[in-house]
Amino acid sequence: MVRAQVMVCGGTGCTASGSQKLIPEFEKELKNYELEDEIKIVPTGCFGLCERGPVVIIYPDGTFYSHVKPEDVHEIVEEHLFKGRPVDRLVYKDVSEEEAKTIQEEVGRSVSLNDTNFYKIQKRVALRNCGVINPESIDEYIAMDGYAALGKVLTEMTPEDVIKCISDSGLRGRGGGGFPTGRKWSFTAANKADQKYVVCNADEGDPGAFMDRSVLEGDPHCIVEAMTICGYATGATEGYIYVRAEYPIAVKRLNIAIAQAKEYGLLGKNIFGSGFDFDLHIRLGAGAFVCGEETALMTSIEGNRGEPRPRPPYPAVKGLFAKPTTENNVETFANIPQIILKGADWFASMGTERSKGTKVFALGGKITNTGLVEIPMGTTLREIIEDIGGGVPNGKKFKAAQTGGPSGGCIPASLIDTEIDYDNLTAIGCMMGSGGLIVMDEDNCMVDIAKFFLDFTVDESCGKCSPCRIGTMRMKEILEKITSGNGTLEDIDKLEELAKYVKENSLCGLGQTAPNPVLATLKFFRDEYIAHVVDKKCPAGVCKALLNYTIDPEKCKGCTKCARNCPVGAITGKVKEPHVIDTAKCIKCGACISNCNFGAISKG
Amino acid sequence: MKSLEELAAIRDRMKDKVVLREGNGQIRVVVGMATCGIAAGARPVLNAFVEGVSKENLSDKVTVSQTGCIGVCQFEPVVEVFEAGKEKVTYIKMTPEKAAEVIEKHLKGGNVITEYTIGNAIS
Repeated sequence: MVRAQVMVCGGTGCTASGSQKLIPEFEKELKNYELEDEIKIVPTGCFGLCERGPVVIIYPDGTFYSHVKPEDVHEIVEEHLFKGRPVDRLVYKDVSEEEAKTIQEEVGRSVSLNDTNFYKIQKRVALRNCGVINPESIDEYIAMDGYAALGKVLTEMTPEDVIKCISDSGLRGRGGGGFPTGRKWSFTAANKADQKYVVCNADEGDPGAFMDRSVLEGDPHCIVEAMTICGYATGATEGYIYVRAEYPIAVKRLNIAIAQAKEYGLLGKNIFGSGFDFDLHIRLGAGAFVCGEETALMTSIEGNRGEPRPRPPYPAVKGLFAKPTTENNVETFANIPQIILKGADWFASMGTERSKGTKVFALGGKITNTGLVEIPMGTTLREIIEDIGGGVPNGKKFKAAQTGGPSGGCIPASLIDTEIDYDNLTAIGCMMGSGGLIVMDEDNCMVDIAKFFLDFTVDESCGKCSPCRIGTMRMKEILEKITSGNGTLEDIDKLEELAKYVKENSLCGLGQTAPNPVLATLKFFRDEYIAHVVDKKCPAGVCKALLNYTIDPEKCKGCTKCARNCPVGAITGKVKEPHVIDTAKCIKCGACISNCNFGAISKG
Repeated sequence: MKSLEELAAIRDRMKDKVVLREGNGQIRVVVGMATCGIAAGARPVLNAFVEGVSKENLSDKVTVSQTGCIGVCQFEPVVEVFEAGKEKVTYIKMTPEKAAEVIEKHLKGGNVITEYTIGNAIS
């Protein structure tokens, strides 16, 4: 009889930090203590707090161990699992000693993951099974009411009922566009054709975003189930999951999930005896960012070079293989089974007036708790950053949050109390995007950030239309001119004009959104651009061409440490006499500053 | 699989295996498993609770867990029962047989077996 379970995170983050080495170690130690029949090891998907990986959670208490190393396993087994004393030094808790004591006295256990600030505010719908079940076990998915929604749809509901339920729930596309999902499905359903398709867009390309990957790794069956439901609702009998080849764990688990579902008859012919047939295929993307755009994605599935095409005709009319097609993002699909089971009203009760439900964000950048979080729509940026994210580390000041990656904009510190939903973000000239949320502090230069994203889009532009191919390149050149100290005020105006032109005239979403980082930073941080071109300064101290390192002769003791650590020999001076930096030789690496014990070196 | 019944059967069979992870039992039964507890026979008591709770289909309501030394070593094996909004109940000198009784009367019936509690031994 199993009395406790050891959940070992098998998401990409924890796998990279070595979580898979813990499993054989646990097996060995449990055997030593003759606990192997009482305690079960369960490999899971992502728990969300990737920063603290490898993560291990022990149920029934939900004790959250972070940064677990193979050499810690012996102690966890002996102390916690054998003797019942959680290993305090490894328990992650961001609550006060007092709260921990109250929990111990009133509930009779140490702090669990649900007590931590990181989890407390979160509301897990799309991620509900991530970190809770073994993603490679269809039985565990079924135990969590998996495939019950599909059963309900096929035996009790008409396709119209399903679409009405999804429409009433208010679910909007989670890939970034925010188009109402129910309406999208109804368009495909309304078109008559001998063959229709369902496509899952798992080509998550934004730098720093890993929401979809985590869902696929942690709960692949929910995507299989949701796509089958979508197939029934829209009249499609075949589906394609287009997933990046760079997500090997996700691909492996999807393949396992599809094979298991076929074995159980949950994919294939005559599912649940309803007469409905559905089959799924996986296609691997080769890593082109443009393939996240729906028409380019379908072109790529068809075996052609991934290039977008003009819309209309929309995919609902003429999509994959020129047949009516419904294309949704991974996170959108992940919400579907829950909406069917718990009802449209349940889903619509979460969120704001026009943005229902929850949204998953990949928190990254200058934030204490890097990881994956799911919050109800309407949660403020402040709650995400300060409460869940644990704030900006090292006492630095929050400057802005970048949402939506290379297609998105930024939210400045002055708008930190903005309630996150589709319309509020659009109103401030930003966008929800797919869910990448990169936090920036005072050490980030906003011009440099804009240049970084433009670098990315220039690389990833497919080249089919000239506004995007040439326009983004020219924009990047202007940004390079500004960051190298050669810019003028006219360049800023030209940049803004060009950005608007590219936005309006590009063929597909990539080009139409590529100027967003530039436009948003120009809107909120124009003074930084001006400082670069007028004062020839980079206020954040990032743009190297605008920096000069100097040694204060008053403070310098002549210890020679900077000179010894300078990789290019740019610092000279005699022992016990002030040193000097040769600016012509200096590569502005900052090694001297970090090595000076007297704070004598400054940049600016 | 051709029917909802088959799906439900798999779910019911598996439910016990995942219910531990939901951790939302209103009642927590905590068995002291320090050296003194184990020496006094806490392991069979823990197993009796784990098996009994599952057999009686109480898994949704009751979470069975373990803890270290509770501090009253002469009374081991000690079992504490926590329930939201109620006073903690501490059972002492437990055996698998007493555990079965606690499951029946206290966990199912809601009646504390006063004669097994620490209060009774001290008074």
